[in-house]
Amino acid sequence: MAVMGIADALRIGIIEEMRADESVFCLGEDIDIENGMGGAFTVTRGLTKEFGPERVINTPISEILIAGAAVGAAMTGMRPIADLQYGDFLFCMMDQLVNQAAKMCYMSGGTVKVPMVMRAPCGATNRGAQHAQSFEGFFTHVPGLKVICPSTPYDAKGMIRQAIQDDNPVIVFEHKLLYGGLRHEEGAIQTLGEVPEDGYVIPFGKAAVRQEGTDMTIVANLLMSYKAQEAAAMAEKDGIRCEVIDPRSLVPFDYETVEQSVKKTGRLMIIHEDVYTNGWGAQLSSHFAEKCIYDLDAPIVRIATPDTSIPFAPNLENHVIPSKERIYDEIIKLAKL
Amino acid sequence: MKPKLSKKKLLEMYEKMVLIRKYEESIYYLFLEGIMPGSIHQSTGQEACAVGMLIDLKKEDYMASTHRPAGHCLAKGVTLKSMMCEMFGKEAGCCRGKGGAMHTGDISVGALPANAIVGGNLPIAAGVALSCKMRKTNHVIVCFLGDGATNEGAFHEALNAAAVWNLPVIYVCENNLYSATTSIGLTTKIEDVAAGRAAAYGIEGEVVDGNDVLAVYDAATRAIKKARAGKGPTILELKTYRHVGHSRNDACGYRGPNEQEAWFARDPITLFRNYLIENGISDQKNLNEIEERIQQEVEDSVEYAQNAAEPPLEYALRDNYWEGAQI
Repeated sequence: MAVMGIADALRIGIIEEMRADESVFCLGEDIDIENGMGGAFTVTRGLTKEFGPERVINTPISEILIAGAAVGAAMTGMRPIADLQYGDFLFCMMDQLVNQAAKMCYMSGGTVKVPMVMRAPCGATNRGAQHAQSFEGFFTHVPGLKVICPSTPYDAKGMIRQAIQDDNPVIVFEHKLLYGGLRHEEGAIQTLGEVPEDGYVIPFGKAAVRQEGTDMTIVANLLMSYKAQEAAAMAEKDGIRCEVIDPRSLVPFDYETVEQSVKKTGRLMIIHEDVYTNGWGAQLSSHFAEKCIYDLDAPIVRIATPDTSIPFAPNLENHVIPSKERIYDEIIKLAKL
Repeated sequence: MKPKLSKKKLLEMYEKMVLIRKYEESIYYLFLEGIMPGSIHQSTGQEACAVGMLIDLKKEDYMASTHRPAGHCLAKGVTLKSMMCEMFGKEAGCCRGKGGAMHTGDISVGALPANAIVGGNLPIAAGVALSCKMRKTNHVIVCFLGDGATNEGAFHEALNAAAVWNLPVIYVCENNLYSATTSIGLTTKIEDVAAGRAAAYGIEGEVVDGNDVLAVYDAATRAIKKARAGKGPTILELKTYRHVGHSRNDACGYRGPNEQEAWFARDPITLFRNYLIENGISDQKNLNEIEERIQQEVEDSVEYAQNAAEPPLEYALRDNYWEGAQI
């Protein structure tokens, strides 16, 4: 059992799959340059040494091509892992993801599959509005795509392996402050954790209960799952015991685990870095209002980045991204309702 | 230059062209009569492009088509019955009734589901070619596009990558002079919108008479041979003309009568028919028999499709995700 961060865990998951299956390959910007970074966040660093440039393919800065080539290769027997420097560039390839990757199986009457992985670093990190967004919600709105967001090294390896083995297009959101890689990020959270060496996979649609509690249920993903646990630890001193659930995959979503928790606690808080309006929390809030209204003792609370682009100035960015202090305040308020 | 081909091959080409023409004409009337649902984007007049490009492709080679896919699909080997059933939205359709006119295809014969986003199939074709190269299958892909697609960003990104990766792909622009109803000259400065840009990517480009099936065949043969030999992609620009509107409700009021008459006089099927007779390969009687036989096959397929079962309602929510190989 080795101890590592998420960037290393993703890399090891990719290496193991590439060793096991010759059809698996990587393509993306800046991923195989000698002495380069290995993608923007070191995940593919060094892969060329073992697998050669034939299977670690450096692309032109052409996002439509990256996604389209992944779709075409996936349709004809390969398992591409496409890599973006910043998730914000997903919007340059939206046609290929939404009109092509997501619909090919459906339009063909179930005769064509598209087993591709699209990796996308997300989250605000003092880089301004176009290298900052958390937009998982966008992609949960597209039938045909799977959307995952691993937040621990253990999950990262198990879920990237599952994503590579999955026969559908999977978008992997990786938070820039959780990589724990060689690249220093201001405000990063140390995610070092134990990662088994065997070839385990983590099936999608199974949430992880990060912390058990009886007074309220908090659903939070990626960076927010850490902020939620920090805030929950603060609230525990006030005698409030929160159950923190990390959904890990948004499509498919583990409604069952959250529902069981809500039935136990009677209170539900949803936290994401995605903006408030129609973020994935809106769907969750609606779902549990419909399904669990009689189990709830108080209104559902959503904490999100307000409906704004992400500002550069560090004080402004810190102001809009949900902080543990803001989450703690909301926990206290919700507990009193 | 006319390639030397066997009588069998030439007649096979003629049959395929007639099949596409009869199929499209049949669809046109069924649509006007209100019998057929949906929209139509027909390839009538462009039969030489489809047949010349695809007649020699192997079943395992791939083909990526556009919103105007019928000719390409029939030439690649998608069956007439499964095409017609798809047009009627029937379960026996090549996409089980879930694709429709703009998405016909059959991966089992190498025809990718046709793509109704202009330019959307170009990067996908690059990916298919990359896959062929990585798997060392020695297969190639022919990817069709219209003149309008050459102004999409996807064209630029796909062509550049195909060149730099030396991919076994043949991009085939069927330049029928109109992007929907807009003359390509109004939106593009150069005349050879595809071949004229080839040099910018370091790819060979060639302009071909798209209404001369043997000229198309000759260019196709060279491009396919080159791709199979690992010598990279080619852009072919086939100058052609659609005999009908862009889609339903398009009476082509934007095209001048002189232009139309000049192109109709160069009907690819008439040209090829004359060639076959003048060169003693066939005669009026034999060719008439072929046409009558195919007309009957098309009519039979219409009857078959009209009587075929609709997809069960549970199909509506299936196949958003892969459910395993189905029979």
